[in-house]
Amino acid sequence: MTTSPSNALDIVGVRKSYGSLQALKGVEFSIPRGEFFGLLGPNGAGKSTLISIIAGLVQADAGQIAVLGHDTVGDFRRARRLLGVVPQELVFDPFFKVRDMLRIQAGYYGAGREVWPWIDEMLERLDLTSKANTSMRALSGGMKRRVLIAQALVHKPPVVILDEPTAGVDVELRRTLWQFMSDLHRQGQTVVLTTHYLEEAQEMCSRIAILDRGEVKALESTRQLLRRHPFRFLRVKLAGNAALPEALRELVASESDGSIELKLETGKHPIGSVFDALRDAGVAIEDVQTRDPDLEDIFVELTR
Amino acid sequence: MTPNQRGFVTLLKKEVMRFWAVLGQTVTAPVITALLYLLVFAQALSGRASAYDGISYTEFLVPGLIMMTVMQNAFANTSSSLIQSKVMGNLVFLQMAPLGPWEWFAAYVLAALVRCVLVASAMFIATLFFVPLPVHQPLAILAMFLLSAGSLAVVGLIAGIVSQKFDHIAAFTNFFINPLAFLSGVFYSVHALPPFWYTASHLNPFFYMIDGFRFGFFGHADVPILHSIAWSAGFFALASAVCMRMLITGYKMKR
Repeated sequence: MTTSPSNALDIVGVRKSYGSLQALKGVEFSIPRGEFFGLLGPNGAGKSTLISIIAGLVQADAGQIAVLGHDTVGDFRRARRLLGVVPQELVFDPFFKVRDMLRIQAGYYGAGREVWPWIDEMLERLDLTSKANTSMRALSGGMKRRVLIAQALVHKPPVVILDEPTAGVDVELRRTLWQFMSDLHRQGQTVVLTTHYLEEAQEMCSRIAILDRGEVKALESTRQLLRRHPFRFLRVKLAGNAALPEALRELVASESDGSIELKLETGKHPIGSVFDALRDAGVAIEDVQTRDPDLEDIFVELTR
Repeated sequence: MTPNQRGFVTLLKKEVMRFWAVLGQTVTAPVITALLYLLVFAQALSGRASAYDGISYTEFLVPGLIMMTVMQNAFANTSSSLIQSKVMGNLVFLQMAPLGPWEWFAAYVLAALVRCVLVASAMFIATLFFVPLPVHQPLAILAMFLLSAGSLAVVGLIAGIVSQKFDHIAAFTNFFINPLAFLSGVFYSVHALPPFWYTASHLNPFFYMIDGFRFGFFGHADVPILHSIAWSAGFFALASAVCMRMLITGYKMKR
């Protein structure tokens, strides 16, 4: 695999070990320009290590990463100017006020007064205008999270990586951030999102990579990934809390509030066969619901 | 201005703003401490004969005190800035920026020099009330100031890179900077020392920094000024080479 300027990100054979722990075992994939890409995986999968290598915080043992064709090591200045990374941790510089911090951050990237109007626009869109002259240390966690996002975008990077931007934020802020990320994507920016909220990834990402134990377990469009799961789910509530016939017990996925969820394999377990089995056992159905698998089901399937 | 130059200027400005925001701690406090030294030592040892003819002990003391304070503050500026950023985690903003090792190096060292200019100027003006100092060789004063403050700023940068917590910086200060500074002839001429300590002093780079700086004021020193300049320049070059190597390889900075 080679790098290409037509890809927002090229990740080629990236390996990283910490002692005997192999955090990344030759990870390799590309993200085309303009994509809203989800990078998912359980804790310890290697997501943050990979993002840290892309951002230049960690040195890979082997492999290559390019941002819009620019190598993150050999041509690090260009690569970093094209990239904005929102770190997972709530880090801040306590010496500065919000607007000053953003102007300093822009300066690191070689941007001057020409981006000041953009900084003010971001402050407004992230509901930070009233906090522009507040010291960073006086901000709430949610506000600090917004500033982190603004900091990653001060230099208008065409590729943005958000490492769990909605972790630990309230519902209102989460919605603000979703809207903000969608707007960025609409404006042509490539957005790479890592999150533990799988419904968030399912809703927003057009393509998803699932990383587990340092390896890419799946890399498909969200739609394909959802179709990949050969199951659907049937939730039944039996009249009078009757027992489920023995023949159906092996299909039980979960039980709660007196209802039972059955996991049915496409082609092997038609829904009609479940109803037939219940009728034959003389069990009446009080309520029934079906649902397609969501990203969480696929995630659990791939990472267990 | 190119983007790279703007990045460097921004980092320099940010580092100056950082110590400027707490000027009481970074400039006023060290000046007051040094003046207390001057007050106590000048009073206690005022009757003591000076090392050089025609120069009182208080006069002899002042350049050394200025230089010792400058060196301590140069070290403190770079080391504290870097360790604070590490501990707070905000170093990532710099690490993710398109700044090269030279820009890091130059911005941190120059910001420390700015602080040292303020500290030295404040001390020079304040000590005029105690004893007016002659200025024999302004260029020697400038050269020794730049080499010494620069050297200690670089050592501070190295300490900041190597350290992972504030305790490590405190260890550098307590076991390296302060002993070398106090045993460098600030309060005495090395000619007054027993042979062993006289020889040992000549292996202390801080001794040359203080001795050369003092030469600029009085035209007298324990060793020739060129020796002091050569030792200080050599120390600066060595420390800079080590520091640059660390910055280029990402030693203790990149996991």
